Order: sequence, then structure tokens, then C-alpha cells
Amino acid sequence: MSRISEHPILKFEDKPVINFTFEGRKLEGRQGDTIASALHANGIMVLSHSRRNKRPRGFFCAIGKCSSCLMTVNGKANVRTCVEPLVEGMEILRQPATGGELKW
Amino acid sequence: MVETQLLVVGGGPAGLAAASAAASLGIEVLLADEGLKLGGQLVKQTHKFFGSREHHAGVRGIDIPNLLLENQDKVNIMSNTTIIGCYEDGVLTAVTGEDQYFKIKPQRVVFATGASEKFLSFPGNDLPGVYGAGAVQTLMNQYGVVPGKRVLMIGAGNIGIIVSYQLLQAGIHVAAVVEAAPNIGAYLVHASKLARAGVPILTRHTIVEAKGTDSVQSAVIAQLDEKWQVIPGTEKELEVDVVCLAVGLSPVLDLLSQIGCRRKYIPELGGDVPFRDKQLKTSIDWIYVAGDTAGVEEASAAMVEGRLAGAAAAAQLGADSTEAGKIIASCQASLDSLRRGPVGAKIRAGIAKLEGGCCKCLNHQA
Repeated sequence: MSRISEHPILKFEDKPVINFTFEGRKLEGRQGDTIASALHANGIMVLSHSRRNKRPRGFFCAIGKCSSCLMTVNGKANVRTCVEPLVEGMEILRQPATGGELKW
Repeated sequence: MVETQLLVVGGGPAGLAAASAAASLGIEVLLADEGLKLGGQLVKQTHKFFGSREHHAGVRGIDIPNLLLENQDKVNIMSNTTIIGCYEDGVLTAVTGEDQYFKIKPQRVVFATGASEKFLSFPGNDLPGVYGAGAVQTLMNQYGVVPGKRVLMIGAGNIGIIVSYQLLQAGIHVAAVVEAAPNIGAYLVHASKLARAGVPILTRHTIVEAKGTDSVQSAVIAQLDEKWQVIPGTEKELEVDVVCLAVGLSPVLDLLSQIGCRRKYIPELGGDVPFRDKQLKTSIDWIYVAGDTAGVEEASAAMVEGRLAGAAAAAQLGADSTEAGKIIASCQASLDSLRRGPVGAKIRAGIAKLEGGCCKCLNHQA
């Protein structure tokens, strides 16, 4: 886990653990995490892939604007994981770039 | 349909100040903010603010939202609520969470929707590990997660320099700050702190490429000549896993564009900005703007603009005109003082262009 332990101004106490899975792997987040912050803390940098060239996409704007972090959460596609709070037992999956089959 | 006297869109420094000023004048206020927690970018600012006491000088940004919320009980707050449409009949559409849609019919609106980060084009700019400066602050200061081990910061304006310092506070190495301009744009107090900590600030330098397969593994920087062109042979490869972009902000105008507010392209203020009069009213009579939406500045000016727009809207809604007038006058004086001196030169030039180039449709300015 790559979390800040010491900081001169902010305090990050040990918060309760939240269990979730990513692509079937069991991972731990902390209370107060969004899905994407928990994934990042677990070293997961690639959240999705671009539509045409399948280039990796990661955490970018952190405020639900850029679409880089859209993932499938508990079966629901296109969740903005950078602003969606992490909840115990969530199942997180990478998804095709549009969240479903491409038809065009 | 939710009805209210004043709707404030955005709960950052400008929006909170607008809501608070209007509520203090007895106006019924609804404040809608898309975040889970109010404060906008303030919730990430660990540094102390400048200015005088009225601008919360000496207070850390993270502590300011609470001060602005002193009238909170008079303000109806809707968090996790995004305004998604603004129509000519004065109705706005909103969504709370992912799927709770509803309409709002206010008598006046203050848009304090802030700004979004500008991007920079270079090969590899889409790799994971390339972040906007706001995202790096969010990760570190809100969630306590480190963005990476070694950072290359692009941009030596206030945001680039302050976020670099915040990275050091979080125990993360900053390999260098590169700045394409010949000078550091940030307040030198902050830049000096960074220089004293041993971080090189390279002016007339830019990023040429970010390299890596699944995420950033290194970045190539190079020196620029006086025509902003890369000088061949000056390329250097830095081993970094984070490239942080702090290359400026643009006002967020989506809703103002939809409703057809007059705008003008003014680079000094961040790009397209809405026309507004000295009381921050736009070309549409019931719409006001404040903060970065009205032209990108910084948080102190945003708070003053918020108070100004909140009081001006309240006055239009029938609040005590003497009391409202006092707030308006003091805010206008305060903005003048914040924009004085060499640091404010760019802002002053931008505002002069905006006011000087005002189109005929803005007859309320005559």
C-alpha cells in the first residue's frame, strides 16, 4: 500500500479497512476512499483502455470530468470511480472503452 | 420543481462566499455542489493564504470552508448534486448522485463553477502517471495516497510551485519543475521554499515526451529558445513515475454557454470568459458569475467576488439596499487592492479588455 503515513500538516489516522475485489483479486481500501483512490493505493495504475488504440488510461482529473477512470462496478458500467465512494464488498472490473459492445 | 430565491452553483470559495453573503442579507439560498464535501479546491490547500485578515490571510485553505459556512443554517445545501442544464425559461435541471433528476426554478443564479485544467500536447501525455495538478492534490491531501515516487512538475506558476511543495510535505521526491516561460510565475515566497529544499526550477524548459508502457517510467525535458522552440541537443531524460501538469486553468462555462451568455476570448483570464458588469452580472439579467468562472484568478479574489455577486443578487431580490450596497462597495475596493501591483498586472489587463470590449447588447453597463 502506498499511503502517506507522516505529514507536517494533515493527519491521516488509520481508518477502518474496506474489502473489495478488482478483477477478482481481493484488495483492501480505507474508509473515506473513492474506488480509484483505493485502486491507486494498491498500485493499480491502469483503470481502462482507449477505444481505438487500446492505450492504457489511468487516474487523471480526480473530479469526475475526464472519463479516464470509467469502470464497471457491481455490474454497472461507466461508473466514475474517482468520485464514487468505496463500499465494502464492491466488485470492480475494467471494461471495454464504451462500457459495452461497440456498435457503429 | 424546487423553488428558491437564489441558486448558487458550486460550493468552492466563490460559491460559499456568495451563498453566505446573500443569506446574511435575508435571502433564501440553495447551494448545489457536485462534490461529496463542500469547499471545492480549498479542501486540498495545505498552505496559508496571503493578503489581509479580510482575505483569511494566515489561515490554511483547508480551514477556510468552515469560516465561510458561518451562515450555513440559512443556506440549504445540496451536496453530490450537479446542475446539468440551464434554460431560457429560468429552469435549471439537476441530478443528485447518479440518477436522481429534478428541476430548480430560482429567481437569480450565481454560477461559481470554477475552472478546469488546461492540457499540454506531447507524446505519451495519455499514459497513466500523467496527472493534472488538481488530481495530485486530491490524491495526496484528501485521500492520503501517494501519486508516485518521483515527480516531474510542468509549470512554475502558483499551482505548480505550491503542489510541488505539497509533494515534498508528503515525502515524495520532486525531480524538477520545468517552466516554458523565462520567469517563475508563482509568488517567490513559495518558489524560494522549493528552491531551498533543493528542487531545481528550470525556466525556458519543457517536457518533450513521457515514456513508459503501462505507466510513466521516464520523461524527456529540453531547453527552449526565445521563440519557444526546443534547442536540439539539450534533451535530458529524467527517471520519474509521475508527470504533473500545472499549465493553467480555463473557466468552466458549459451552462453559461448553453443559456447563451455573451463571452469573449481573453487569454489573460484563462480563455473564454463571460461578460459581466462591475457587480458580476452577466449579459443575462438573472445570472451572475463569481470566482474562476468569471476569469481565472486565485482563491482570495474568488471569495471576494463571491460576496460581491451574492450581495448584488440579493439587492436585486429586494434585500436591504443600504446593507447590500455596503458589501458591494467594500468588495469592489477589496478586489482593486488584491489586483494592485505587478502580480495583478495580467488580471488588470484581462479585465480591461473584457470591460473595454463590451458589446452593445450589454446595455445594463451603459
